[in-house]
Amino acid sequence: MRIAVCVKQVPEGAAKRIDPATRRLDRAGEGALNAYDANAVEEALRLKESAGEGEVVLLTMGPARAADAIRKALAMGADRAILVTDDAAAGSDLLATSIALARALEREQPDLVLFGQQAADSDGAVLWGAVADRLRRPLISQVAELTLADGVVTGKRQSEFGYDVIRAPLPAVVAVSDSINEPRYPSLKGIMGAKKKPQETLTLADLGVESDRAGEAGSRTEVLALSEPPSRGESRRIDGDGAAPEAIIAFLAEKRLV
Amino acid sequence: MKVLVFLEHHEGSLEKRGLAVLSKAASLDGAEVAGAVLGAGVGEIAGTAGRFGARTVHVCDDPALEAPLPQPRVDALAALVAEEGFDTVFFAQSVLASDVAAGLAARLEAGLNWDLTDLLVRDGALVGKRPALADSVYVEVGWKGERRLALFRSGAFDPVEVGGQAQVESFSGRFEDFSLQATMVEQAHEERSGPSIEDAEIVVAGGRGLGKPENFSLVEELARELGGAVGATRAVVDAGWYPYSSQVGQTGKTVSPKLYVACGISGAIQHKVGMQNANVIVAINKDANAPIFEYCDLGVVGDLNEILPRLTELVRQRKAG
Ligand SMILES: Cc1cc2nc3c(=O)[nH]c(=O)nc-3n(C[C@H](O)[C@H](O)[C@H](O)COP(=O)(O)OP(=O)(O)OC[C@H]3O[C@@H](n4cnc5c(N)ncnc54)[C@H](O)[C@@H]3O)c2cc1C
Ligand SMILES: Nc1ncnc2c1ncn2[C@@H]1O[C@H](COP(=O)(O)O)[C@@H](O)[C@H]1O
Repeated sequence: MRIAVCVKQVPEGAAKRIDPATRRLDRAGEGALNAYDANAVEEALRLKESAGEGEVVLLTMGPARAADAIRKALAMGADRAILVTDDAAAGSDLLATSIALARALEREQPDLVLFGQQAADSDGAVLWGAVADRLRRPLISQVAELTLADGVVTGKRQSEFGYDVIRAPLPAVVAVSDSINEPRYPSLKGIMGAKKKPQETLTLADLGVESDRAGEAGSRTEVLALSEPPSRGESRRIDGDGAAPEAIIAFLAEKRLV
Repeated sequence: MKVLVFLEHHEGSLEKRGLAVLSKAASLDGAEVAGAVLGAGVGEIAGTAGRFGARTVHVCDDPALEAPLPQPRVDALAALVAEEGFDTVFFAQSVLASDVAAGLAARLEAGLNWDLTDLLVRDGALVGKRPALADSVYVEVGWKGERRLALFRSGAFDPVEVGGQAQVESFSGRFEDFSLQATMVEQAHEERSGPSIEDAEIVVAGGRGLGKPENFSLVEELARELGGAVGATRAVVDAGWYPYSSQVGQTGKTVSPKLYVACGISGAIQHKVGMQNANVIVAINKDANAPIFEYCDLGVVGDLNEILPRLTELVRQRKAG
């Protein structure tokens, strides 16, 4: 069984900003594995472990530095990685990203494709819908519990009305939620071993993605302008635990809430 | 501009979210707006859309559309868009609508902008507004190409009744094999247990930062002393720590209490949309970079295990006089 996991490198923590000049996300800072994707990696590893066989392949599209994010996921236990990186891919929107990922997945023919809950920089929680359509495979999203038996995946999905249970035959596409599991920490052995695992770097040409379907040229959305968010008024900050409870009470009293 | 609005329905009525997007679309200059209602046995409810600005409602009534699954809906909408020549399709963000919109984007090679909170026509072009990067920056977005798709954030608009009647037209669906492979084994039915947190004046909510389900007692005790209700994030509801009826956010409840105390909650957008209208928001989180600190009135950086018991005790003392 082959499981492909789509992972993204995102700027770390509070460092996220949009570059006013390019109107693109500033990817210059240190990058990290999108935390939501660690859940997808973990789920893939668990499925492989309980099946007692199989292969977990990571797939990412991003700048060459996205190899950092991949390294963490390899250290968790994934078997190998594919990095799609190309200057012409910069500025790709959902549509352009979905083509490149779908082409790479077609080459791999995985039985199962896993996605994380959302990319912490785009907050889209949409990409899998486009990829599943291009791959012509069944999709289950927002999966909080996943089981795999006899070539059928069953997922528990939370919608606006409560929990649904949805089933699909393999090969399928599944997007997991961040509550599906607790991602493992890479062991020292895992970290050391990650460097030796196979990593393949592909360009758009390798995948047969036409240049007018990638990057800004292939995108059908654009950022027109940036502005400051309206301020919510004054916000106060208390640091440290010491006298925090007293300070909270004083604040609530001032607002006449206690 | 020929706009189609996807109208989701649940238990025999059209969802307000979709009607809100519909009435917003109908208010745009030069927009001719229609609705799409897809499902099994939905002919009756479609007409309602006329009151919110739809001139036409296209109905696809098919057993293949009975369960709220995205892929057959992509097939039906793609055919409808091609046949009727729509250039724009709008969706009110939901678990189902997001998957449908993304699938349709790929199928039509159309641009999709999501999480929009506003929309306008400037010099004849459609412009969307979207708070991005945990709402730390506001972005204006546009579309390139002939077809435009958009998902609107929950609560972005209110449904406005403009009166009027829609012509209901039915169309038939043809479905791809792969679209029918996912099947619903068990569909959600509204859980109505316990008192609703929507009416509470004070909500104390807990997230994964509580560390373990038993720690919800820290939140419950503070809520009890403050005379409030208990809320939860999706992460802890999915994990089975607390019932779904207490969930606040996009796929849970929307609350607007006088006071919201967020304990061990990171403050993801999908949580924020359910509680941002609280008068006063207090957040306790040990990570000084947590997004929740961007939109609270009082942010406390610290360990809730130490802060909550003492805080509860102080409230108790204060009440005792
Ligand atoms: C389509 C969709 C719909 C969604 N709908 C909802 C919804 O309705 N409601 C919802 O809530 N979410 C929803 N989500 C999920 C949302 O994106 C987040 O994943 C979720 O809100 C995170 O929950 P959390 O804050 O409890 O967990 P986390 O994001 O894991 O945050 C836990 C926080 O606790 C802090 N913490 C840890 N230990 C301590 C301690 N000892 N003291 C103090 N702080 C501590 C951490 O610093 C962290 O910030 C949805 C997501 C999607 C994609
Ligand atoms: N550039 C990328 N490369 C690989 N996977 C990605 C990329 N961007 C997003 N993903 C995957 O798609 C999921 C949802 O992303 P989004 O729809 O952008 O929020 C993420 O959790 C990842 O699993």
